[in-house]
Amino acid sequence: MLTKEQSADIFDRIRRFSSSDEVEAIFTGSRFALTRFANNAIHQNVEEENSMVSIRTNFAGRTARATSNQFDDESLQRAVAASESLARVQAPDPDLLPMPTGEEADSGDRFADKSVRATRFFSETAGITPGDRAEVVKSIVAVANRHKLTTAGIYSNSESEEGIFNSRGLANWYRQTLAEVSITMLADDSSGWQKLNSPDASNLDAARLAETAAQKAMESAHPREIAPGKYTVILEPAAVLDIVGFMFWDYSGVAILDQRSFLNDRIGTQLFGENISICDDVAHALQAGSPFDGEGMRRQRVQLVESGVVKRVVYARATAQKMKNSEHAAKVGSIEPTGHGFPLPNEVGEMPMNIVFGAPEKPRSVQEMIASTERGVLVTRLWYIREVDPYEKIVTGMTRDGTFLVENGKVQCGLRNFRFNQSLISMLSNVEAMSVPVRASGEESFDMVVPAMKVREFNFTEATKF
Amino acid sequence: MKTAAHLALDAASVRGVTYADARVVAIRGRSLSTKQGRVGHASESESLGIGVRVIADGAWGFAASADLSRASVEGAAARAVEIAKASARVKREDVRLAPEPAAVAEWTTPYKVDPFTTSVAQNLDLLLKVDGEMRAVAGVTLAETGMNFQREESWFLSSEGADIHQTKYSTGAGYTAYAFAGSEIQKRSYPNSFGGQWQNRGYEQIAEMKLVENARRVAEEAVALHDAEQCPGGVATIILDGSQLGLQIHESIGHPIELDRVLGMEANFAGTSFLTLEKLGNLRYGSELVNVVADARQEHGPGLGTFAYDDEGVAAQSTPIITKGRFTGYLSSRETAHTIGATRSGGTLRAEGWNRLPMIRMTNVSILPGEQPLSLEQLIAATDRGIYMETNKSWSIDDKRYNFQFGCEIAWEIKNGKRVRMLKNPSYSGITTEFWNSMDAICSRDEWTLWGTPNCGKGQPQQVVGTGHGASPARFRNIRVGTAYQGS
Repeated sequence: MLTKEQSADIFDRIRRFSSSDEVEAIFTGSRFALTRFANNAIHQNVEEENSMVSIRTNFAGRTARATSNQFDDESLQRAVAASESLARVQAPDPDLLPMPTGEEADSGDRFADKSVRATRFFSETAGITPGDRAEVVKSIVAVANRHKLTTAGIYSNSESEEGIFNSRGLANWYRQTLAEVSITMLADDSSGWQKLNSPDASNLDAARLAETAAQKAMESAHPREIAPGKYTVILEPAAVLDIVGFMFWDYSGVAILDQRSFLNDRIGTQLFGENISICDDVAHALQAGSPFDGEGMRRQRVQLVESGVVKRVVYARATAQKMKNSEHAAKVGSIEPTGHGFPLPNEVGEMPMNIVFGAPEKPRSVQEMIASTERGVLVTRLWYIREVDPYEKIVTGMTRDGTFLVENGKVQCGLRNFRFNQSLISMLSNVEAMSVPVRASGEESFDMVVPAMKVREFNFTEATKF
Repeated sequence: MKTAAHLALDAASVRGVTYADARVVAIRGRSLSTKQGRVGHASESESLGIGVRVIADGAWGFAASADLSRASVEGAAARAVEIAKASARVKREDVRLAPEPAAVAEWTTPYKVDPFTTSVAQNLDLLLKVDGEMRAVAGVTLAETGMNFQREESWFLSSEGADIHQTKYSTGAGYTAYAFAGSEIQKRSYPNSFGGQWQNRGYEQIAEMKLVENARRVAEEAVALHDAEQCPGGVATIILDGSQLGLQIHESIGHPIELDRVLGMEANFAGTSFLTLEKLGNLRYGSELVNVVADARQEHGPGLGTFAYDDEGVAAQSTPIITKGRFTGYLSSRETAHTIGATRSGGTLRAEGWNRLPMIRMTNVSILPGEQPLSLEQLIAATDRGIYMETNKSWSIDDKRYNFQFGCEIAWEIKNGKRVRMLKNPSYSGITTEFWNSMDAICSRDEWTLWGTPNCGKGQPQQVVGTGHGASPARFRNIRVGTAYQGS
């Protein structure tokens, strides 16, 4: 992997090769290893190391990008030439800004920035070996064997780096580690699942997660089928994050300007229940990821929703400028660059990707939610979620790996899985209780800090065969 | 490049492996888009590296590096062996590979025009012309277009003596018009949604797609949807266009026939399959009219799943998947072939690039066209009451591939053999085998297109590859429609 100093040297060579007005280089690199198991044995086991440089050139309002994972002069010259020739043939874009200076990128909360950099790299996590991963898998398989179940899943670790340099003096660098465990336990006609990740592998207790997944598989055995319809549901945090993740592409200035956001004409309105508050905060203690965006700008904390009212969206630099001059400017709340832009050029602008749900006034554990439910459905995980209606924000998907009938305050039995067609606006207006938010990870959306939720009138439209 | 592969094999062999292969892959891509009359993005990319796969102590190990220096390649090979030995600490049985003759071969995707020889200005001019046509329609609030090329050159060498050099080209383009009004966002795409149409061809593919010629119609339909009636709920006869049927095949046939899913290897992520082993040769998957093949051969067409050899050196094949409605075949690999009593792999192992482990992937999983001449218009004329749906808008299916729900961008109600009115927000749902058994008509070869799905995700770490799906429009009876908006 490249160091910051090596990357700075490469950037100097890129500058020499380029004839553009401005040049930027984004460096990404990782050493990633993943041990995959199924049928109580390791069946895939991989490791890769790769570094890339992505070069953006600017010529008076025209910009383009070329990427390479080779760093010899010939490869870099070819990438610079490709970027420049892609840029030169374009018509100038009046909205394209000069690249940010180091000073401009340094604005915002420096203390939060420092805490991010200080708390997300763990040498022990980077140093995990194939043998270490095999031992963790062995402990998961032991749980499966003890309960006469079959297990499948992954245990991975990585160290990654991300840097950005530009010809106006910006130089930003970040590195992080991440370990992740995901476990499915399978019985004859049921299954259970757990997943967790952290920059620090010591936060992951694989055997405990395996035990929880195993209990879910056993408790949902011989699932009953009940009629689809509107039910009170208790969504565990992973289920919450996977479904709500589908709305955050719309919390973007560009999405509003494009009129493809469900927040068109809705910012400032009471869209959700008063118990819903959401912010984007890369510096939150349970978050992970780089403290700067695709242009090198510091990521700011942004309050997106407060007591159910959508307050504002996030902005890249150019989007903020465009929004200020648009017909929407008066009705979208605060308009400032927030450090959420993707690398330029792109069509989608920006997106909040460090979502943190506000803690409820009176948190309720999942067990307390179950105890307070006369009849409902407990959902471990949601799957294959897709958008059905972009403005009402209806999404469809399935329950998976642990769906239970709750009656008279107790989990009664496992249920056959449901298909849902649910408006996220309705769902977040019908939240009756929430737990303390936790870091959660799923498969349909990015990681978030979210609570478990008890939601009334969740719309199941069909049941499947298992 | 072959030198690097030889170095890797030598380094693995001295460490006592029983099998090794090395793939050096060089990928070049160009990606262009426009939005509202301007360039959206313009980028090129190159990626080069080596992936080394070994069996040691009866278990798999894989390591990959972008650095092709001697030290790095030998280091990757040594790492792969170390990883395999760690795998062996949690194994149930030794890996068994079905025998395969060691091929020595050269192959390149047939093409007329290397897309990378076309100028970026020419590419952007075409996209901006399409963009202009769409935005000329009053009511269009957003117009987006895109065009992508890829060239993938690979060198595959194995400890069994295989030496295969392949170069594959793929080309794709498409566009979407959006119309936001009142409380609704509607859209129409061409030739297909989510990236358009893709094939393993050269730039000639772009020229044949009639992108400009269809742009205004597509944009007008996006606007007209605002005045259309909502697709009703209930049970109906439906006709699906070829692109939607291609995705239906992908989700409800292509994925469940992957033998690694069936064997539980994907249980934690992609899921398993309802097609358990005893169903092979016994299950009535569909009606007599349903004939499906998985065909990677060039003679099937220039699909995204077309190649000469897969990524473990097995020659491209055609496997009958559903024959006159009966389930007859899985997608298999050298490791999994023995579980279905096969003596040879079906040749479906593919990787996203040099840094990913090859795994079972769909090739071109296609439904064969009807044998009797039947056009779409003739099929509609032969339908008393029904709904004709076009172009996918949403898709979802459970993790065993039973229950699915699809939404389409547009539909038309059919009465007495005629399209009588446009319908918005159409959707349909069902159970896989019930659905395929309800198919009672399929259009003939002149309506058949080999569609490309460029974004099929599978595996951990996830890999995205392209798959092909030949289909012509077909009719299905007694299908639930309108479920996507039921109760909302």
